[in-house]
Amino acid sequence: MKILVCISHVPDTTSKINFIDNNTKLDVNGVQFIIGPYDDYALARAIEIKEANAGTTVTVLNVGPADTEPTIRKALAIGADDAVRINAEPSDSFFVASQIAAYAKDKNFDLILMGRESIDFNGGVVHSMVGELLGITSLSPVMKLELEGNKAKLAREIEGGKEYVEANLPLVLGCQEPIAEWKIPNMRGIMSARTKPLQVIEAITVNTGVSLKAFELPPAKGAVKMIAADNVAELVNLLKNEAKVL
Amino acid sequence: MNTLVFIEVAEGKAKKTSLEAVSYAKALNGQVTALVLGTADAQTVLQIGKAGADKVLHAPDEKLNQGSIQAYASSILQAMQTEGTKTLVLANTSLGTPIAAKVAAKLQASIATNVTELPDTSAGFVVKKSIYTGKAFSKIELKNDYKVIAIKKNAATIEDNGTDVTATLFSPQLTDADFAVKIVSTEKASGEISLPEANVVVSGGRGMKGPEHWQPIEELAKALGAATGCSKPVSDMGWRPHHEHVGQTGVKVSPQLYFAIGISGAIQHLAGVNSSKCIVVINKDAEAPFFKAADYGIVGDAFDVLPKLIDAVKASK
Ligand SMILES: Cc1cc2nc3c(=O)[nH]c(=O)nc-3n(C[C@H](O)[C@H](O)[C@H](O)COP(=O)(O)OP(=O)(O)OC[C@H]3O[C@@H](n4cnc5c(N)ncnc54)[C@H](O)[C@@H]3O)c2cc1C
Ligand SMILES: Nc1ncnc2c1ncn2[C@@H]1O[C@H](COP(=O)(O)O)[C@@H](O)[C@H]1O
Repeated sequence: MKILVCISHVPDTTSKINFIDNNTKLDVNGVQFIIGPYDDYALARAIEIKEANAGTTVTVLNVGPADTEPTIRKALAIGADDAVRINAEPSDSFFVASQIAAYAKDKNFDLILMGRESIDFNGGVVHSMVGELLGITSLSPVMKLELEGNKAKLAREIEGGKEYVEANLPLVLGCQEPIAEWKIPNMRGIMSARTKPLQVIEAITVNTGVSLKAFELPPAKGAVKMIAADNVAELVNLLKNEAKVL
Repeated sequence: MNTLVFIEVAEGKAKKTSLEAVSYAKALNGQVTALVLGTADAQTVLQIGKAGADKVLHAPDEKLNQGSIQAYASSILQAMQTEGTKTLVLANTSLGTPIAAKVAAKLQASIATNVTELPDTSAGFVVKKSIYTGKAFSKIELKNDYKVIAIKKNAATIEDNGTDVTATLFSPQLTDADFAVKIVSTEKASGEISLPEANVVVSGGRGMKGPEHWQPIEELAKALGAATGCSKPVSDMGWRPHHEHVGQTGVKVSPQLYFAIGISGAIQHLAGVNSSKCIVVINKDAEAPFFKAADYGIVGDAFDVLPKLIDAVKASK
């Protein structure tokens, strides 16, 4: 079985988000970058499948500039066999999807696993676009993936519940918990990751239909109004008459 | 700009965010055609007209009652073609978002998901979308003729001054490939208020100490007509179902009113709630970080405050 895991390189979930250059660029000062948390679930499930099925290979892919390589090495340390970096700024989701599809087109992956969404752009669309571009079935967000030969049994999260579905490989899936437990690289993994192959390929040209005008931060929150614990009637009153939300 | 709006139907009724999508499309100043797939009643069609649709296409095929993403995407593409519409507006949901992506990839359309406001068309067509999991926004221009816009809840206000419309029968040509994904069963909390759509949400965290203490959370939710939510550890420990988990890695909510009870206010939890209009925090620790993100706060033990709050809410009705 051949599995491709696509990972994004994103600010750690605790990062404060600020912009520079007239609100057109993320301020990376002090920001730590990680494998997207949902992509980490995809990777973990891929490694589990590899461990359970001899002969399975896991390739990780990132569309990004050279500074994403430490993040890619981390995925290798977690257990992927080899890696690909498509050398380009991941400017928008269709651009990224087109790069992934162009790479995967003639490689016959049985599974292309991604996160349900990146935590920077939150598009939640790259997997479905890749599926469409390759003409193979895509599903997201997937919270359970079991394989029976060529068939996959999946649970997909829907508003207020779950949908159990079956589909044949090949598949493109956007993953989320509890599909697997996040894996932490061990010492052996970290050592071996240094020598695992990381291929850099150039990006294809894509005409994207969107352009960034500006980033914006949400308006600052006003001060909190504290209410005494024995005066909850006042809270209800304020919610009704001041905030007008009841 | 003529627009097609995909209407999500649950138990024969149009979803609220889909009606918002209709009113969003109406604000684009062109003909609005709504597409309804699967069983839906005449009342629903009227409601869609009131929200601003000039025309409602309805494919009452029972095969379309289940949310089959590929079949829906194919039907939408066909409707856009027959109607000659180049813009698609739909709700940003577990069904809407993958459909949006497929349609956009097929048409090489400009796409924006998580859109929070009506577009600014003073120079180009610029939409505002939520990014960095609610920590920021971006304004992006959709440059192509074909546009796909997936809107978040509250991106537009539902209008009710539209006209009465009756459904026009629509029969998309679908193949087996459109139903390649077999939906075996769905497990849905029925009767409950759906968390992503709720106007009021009552969430409990680890401070609630155990699943056996959720009764007051549920009672408060009931009194307020609210949905219940929780923090990640609470669902990780199995105290509450996974679909109630709110935050960065869970459901993102944007209700009018969010109650956080016994939740510390970790940045990952805040990411899922910071587009709420009003936040109330109840925590026994006056230093809990959540108070910084709150509009109203009570320092106190949840087990003391909740019963009083339930009474006060009931008394105010
Ligand atoms: C990558 C990543 C993603 C994450 N995603 C999410 C996410 O999506 N959603 C999420 O929620 N978390 C998420 N987390 C976890 C997050 O960091 C916090 O650990 C979590 O939100 C804490 O949950 P809590 O507030 O319920 O528990 P705690 O931090 O243990 O807080 C419990 C609170 O209850 C208060 N309390 C205790 N007893 C009482 C009482 N009797 N009455 C009133 N108050 C009381 C305490 O003062 C405390 O503030 C994520 C973490 C990571 C690393
Ligand atoms: N630059 C990238 N390189 C590789 N994979 C990516 C990249 N950006 C997004 N993805 C994958 O696509 C998924 C969905 O991303 P998005 O549509 O941006 O929310 C992510 O969870 C990743 O698995």
